[in-house]
Amino acid sequence: MERSPPQSPGPGKAGDAPNRRSGHVQGARVLSPPGRRARLSSPGPSRSSEAREELRRRLLGLIERSRVVIFSKSYCPHSTRVKELFSSLGVECNVLELDQVDDGARVQEVLSEITNQKTVPNIFVNKVHVGGCDQTFQAYQSGLLQKLLQEDSAYDYDLIIIGGGSGGLSCAKEAAILGKKVMVLDFVVPSPQGTSWGLGGTCVNVGCIPKKLMHQAALLGQALCDSRKFGWEYNQQVRHNWETMTKAIQNHISSLNWGYRLSLREKAVAYVNSYGEFVEHHKIKATNKKGQETYYTAAQFVIATGERPRYLGIQGDKEYCITSDDLFSLPYCPGKTLVVGASYVALECAGFLAGFGLDVTVMVRSILLRGFDQEMAEKVGSYMEQHGVKFLRKFIPVMVQQLEKGSPGKLKVLAKSSEGTETIEEVYNTVLLAIGRDSCTRKIGLEKIGVKINEKSGKIPVNDVEQTNVPYVYAVGDILEDKPELTPVAIQSGKLLARRLFGASLEKIYHTLFWPLEWTVAGRENNTCYAKIICNKFDHDRVIGFHILGPNAGEVTQGFAAAMKCGLTKQLLDDTIGIHPTCGEVFTTLEITKSSGLDITQKGCG
Amino acid sequence: MAAMAVALRGLGGRFRWRTQAVAGGVRGAARGAAAGQRDYDLLVVGGGSGGLACAKEAAQLGRKVAVVDYVEPSPQGTRWGLGGTCVNVGCIPKKLMHQAALLGGLIQDAPHYGWEVAQPVLHDWRKMAEAVQNHVKSLNWGHRVQLQDRKVKYFNIKASFVDEHTVCGVAKGGKEILLSADHIIIATGGRPRYPTHIEGALEYGITSDDIFWLKESPGKTLVVGASYVALECAGFLTGIGLDTTIMMRSIPLRGFDQQMSSLVIEHMASHGTRFLRGCAPSRVRRLPDGQLQVTWEDRATGKEDMGTFDTVLWAIGRVPDTRSLNLEKAGVDTSPDTQKILVDSREATSVPHIYAIGDVVEGRPELTPTAIMAGRLLVQRLFGGSSDLMDYDNVPTTVFTPLEYGCVGLSEEEAVARHGQEHVEVYHAHYKPLEFTVAGRDASQCYVKMVCLREPPQLLLGLHFLGPNAGEVTQGFALGIKCGASYAQVMRTVGIHPTCSEEVVKLRISKRSGLDPTVTGC
Repeated sequence: MERSPPQSPGPGKAGDAPNRRSGHVQGARVLSPPGRRARLSSPGPSRSSEAREELRRRLLGLIERSRVVIFSKSYCPHSTRVKELFSSLGVECNVLELDQVDDGARVQEVLSEITNQKTVPNIFVNKVHVGGCDQTFQAYQSGLLQKLLQEDSAYDYDLIIIGGGSGGLSCAKEAAILGKKVMVLDFVVPSPQGTSWGLGGTCVNVGCIPKKLMHQAALLGQALCDSRKFGWEYNQQVRHNWETMTKAIQNHISSLNWGYRLSLREKAVAYVNSYGEFVEHHKIKATNKKGQETYYTAAQFVIATGERPRYLGIQGDKEYCITSDDLFSLPYCPGKTLVVGASYVALECAGFLAGFGLDVTVMVRSILLRGFDQEMAEKVGSYMEQHGVKFLRKFIPVMVQQLEKGSPGKLKVLAKSSEGTETIEEVYNTVLLAIGRDSCTRKIGLEKIGVKINEKSGKIPVNDVEQTNVPYVYAVGDILEDKPELTPVAIQSGKLLARRLFGASLEKIYHTLFWPLEWTVAGRENNTCYAKIICNKFDHDRVIGFHILGPNAGEVTQGFAAAMKCGLTKQLLDDTIGIHPTCGEVFTTLEITKSSGLDITQKGCG
Repeated sequence: MAAMAVALRGLGGRFRWRTQAVAGGVRGAARGAAAGQRDYDLLVVGGGSGGLACAKEAAQLGRKVAVVDYVEPSPQGTRWGLGGTCVNVGCIPKKLMHQAALLGGLIQDAPHYGWEVAQPVLHDWRKMAEAVQNHVKSLNWGHRVQLQDRKVKYFNIKASFVDEHTVCGVAKGGKEILLSADHIIIATGGRPRYPTHIEGALEYGITSDDIFWLKESPGKTLVVGASYVALECAGFLTGIGLDTTIMMRSIPLRGFDQQMSSLVIEHMASHGTRFLRGCAPSRVRRLPDGQLQVTWEDRATGKEDMGTFDTVLWAIGRVPDTRSLNLEKAGVDTSPDTQKILVDSREATSVPHIYAIGDVVEGRPELTPTAIMAGRLLVQRLFGGSSDLMDYDNVPTTVFTPLEYGCVGLSEEEAVARHGQEHVEVYHAHYKPLEFTVAGRDASQCYVKMVCLREPPQLLLGLHFLGPNAGEVTQGFALGIKCGASYAQVMRTVGIHPTCSEEVVKLRISKRSGLDPTVTGC
């Protein structure tokens, strides 16, 4: 239900909001209350969400307790066919005729929330949502229905989750809180370089957490430079020690791994450090490090296996190159580094490595940060270039050779132009591949139970409730097809959606360069940080894109993301009082549109 | 048109500009010959954030504008340039010195992140002060240039009213000049209050007017007061390694959420700032060695106590700069209690063509961005045909104490007072910023709370955030409150991972539930 559209479920909202701001009539602006649109679609008045929750619980209870439930309408011929099918199988059904109960319409509404199916009949067999009439007959023909019927609650678990990353763990904990018997299978296949880690998945072990900590370490290097301008005095010789940093970060990660173990235990979720693989319907084989195999069954499954870094498939890549899986726990300083790729992983890693004072080159096949606003992406690139990161554009590596072993050793990289025939050769200590990630979906036995994957991408197509084509198997996280890999880029998708819907010409873009106050005294360059919003001219200048390049960008963006959920417009931005002196306040005083072509460089303080 | 001009005339001079714009020929007739001879369309008294914003906006709309500004030296003799409190003795130097203190903390963090910094690490006040002052001077210059670019006439004179359309200015040399205008905006702001009843306060004490311009380190400092100015100054002084004590009579940060305020104090105390609570100073004396001996009374026990300091900083509040304006000559009313100027929702004083904005006005938040916005909107109404009024509700702000406190909307106390305990739901969390983990910093006071109406969809009434970069975190959520955000909508916003601000969109524990609000894990 997390994905319900951005409208408030509650009543009377549009009436309440102006009350809170009474005492200051806004003149003409009252005519276009921009915040309202997002709320208009709230369902009928006087329905408390508590009653709704109650109904939902009752329905789930009914589904839970019954072998077969058919939500039906007495006059519906499809419902009748389904009822006849079950009676021909000699199965007793719990039938709820929605046209004959008082709150039938509400039941149907809540059902559509639970199942994303609006129509009747709506059939559940042993807690599994089978679907409507057609799906039920298909399941009957394929034998799945009979199988579902056989399976009483004889399963070992209510839910088995394959993959103990952010998605899998939150799912496990939530299900456990709801009283389910849950198991999590998590197993980290070592990287080609032999790196492996604990519970928690990519984010905690080889993603967001260590990445941001290394980013922080690099920022501290900048802070040390700044601090002298602010009067701090100490020996000029400041060196960065990779081992000290890595050890501190790995210690923190270990504590998080342990914390996850603990919280699973507290919630009575069974955790098994084994590799999970489907062997037949509702049955999984778990193989541990020693190769011992155990079998478990469950009523439902969630696949949350995530992704792992991709390799180039060229000579020497798996032998000598590392990926983000290895970098954060590398026992030695990587030295002169070639980063291959232009994803955010590539740029983030290159950024902090350069921040430690290392010689860093990024090799880019085509564009930076595909999928992000390209103006912002180019600005990121040129900022990095000004700060010592070298870029080799339009080249791809063709071979990596080891010249010398060591920590780090020496690698010769041969690359060729992606456009012409030019080749270049260079020696690096470390080559970091960050060219993309592949879903871990091909070796978990999905074919044994018929879960469809996209053969090309390895991703799993799901419906709006994250259900795969096999009704009792769900999938979450990075492995989903057509879902943003990093959900937080909602801003971007909003913009893309708007682009698709309206075409670019209906947008109005406001922008400015700015100089963070903290940078002034530190003598850091002016006119580097950049803020931009994109508005839809034909929807009250609704803000459909928000971009900031500068310090603490994450902290700044979060609140605006919440505001965009509530129907943020340019007018509301203008009406909001800035917090002085911060970077975030630039968004309350944006005046120059991009189309005006006016100068946005900053000379003084606004 | 003529009928309209006649009708307007009946209302007094207030709509004269409109008369001009609509039927210029009638202008002279509107109010005798004087109107045609006035020097300016708009005269702004006070060149601070609000005043300058007014002047620039009016000039942009093609008006003839003058700004008069004059900095009366502080009792300690400190003076500064154009730009008012914010630029010279407020937000800007304060945040830069706060940044200096934060950098001190980062230098301590750095070794945990692998940076090998040799001890000892010392702080040089002179170097910092000079850098900060240079930046401020560049801003003074920038303001001058901006006025010039927009053809706004600038007078460095001390102004007082002669009559309701005329101001007399005295330049540094004593030369007098008369300026008249159709509209006058008073934006003279405020200055720190001195406790003149305390012996030695004026002779030996300094205020925020002086601290940023000190050439030498203030050394061991007593900060008297519990305002945000007091806490911010004590915070950065402690942060750059000075022995700092805060003396407060009663509660810290009056008007702010009191739970948050206590956490701010708790954090400062655990980071080295000393506190003398429930104490009031009675005397300041200079000792032969130049140190200041301060005597105070512990109000609970009635006992006197004494201590010596290098510097005593008064931060007990601010008074409006209205006394030398001769407001009575123009007939502008002030509050008998506060001496602040009384205005209506259109910022008009008791004299319809004289307006006041910013800190000098009774009942307005003393914040730069509110003054700027109020000034711009006022000028838009005067010369731009707009009718938009300033919305003083839900003004976001941030207190730059060592652990920053950002807030917007109602405090928990206010929410309960307005809506009743049973109608208010407070969601809260103690969290640990990721950057603190590796550095081994204590995060006991990192805390966020959201005050909502209890009735679904639980409209947001207030947001309070204590932690690093609180200002940056709060700004966007201020928008959310402007948009009428509900708890449900905030919960549907995807977090940005890993940041501190994502804690706001992950608030699940209500105070009412009594559950432990400590965030564990990722």
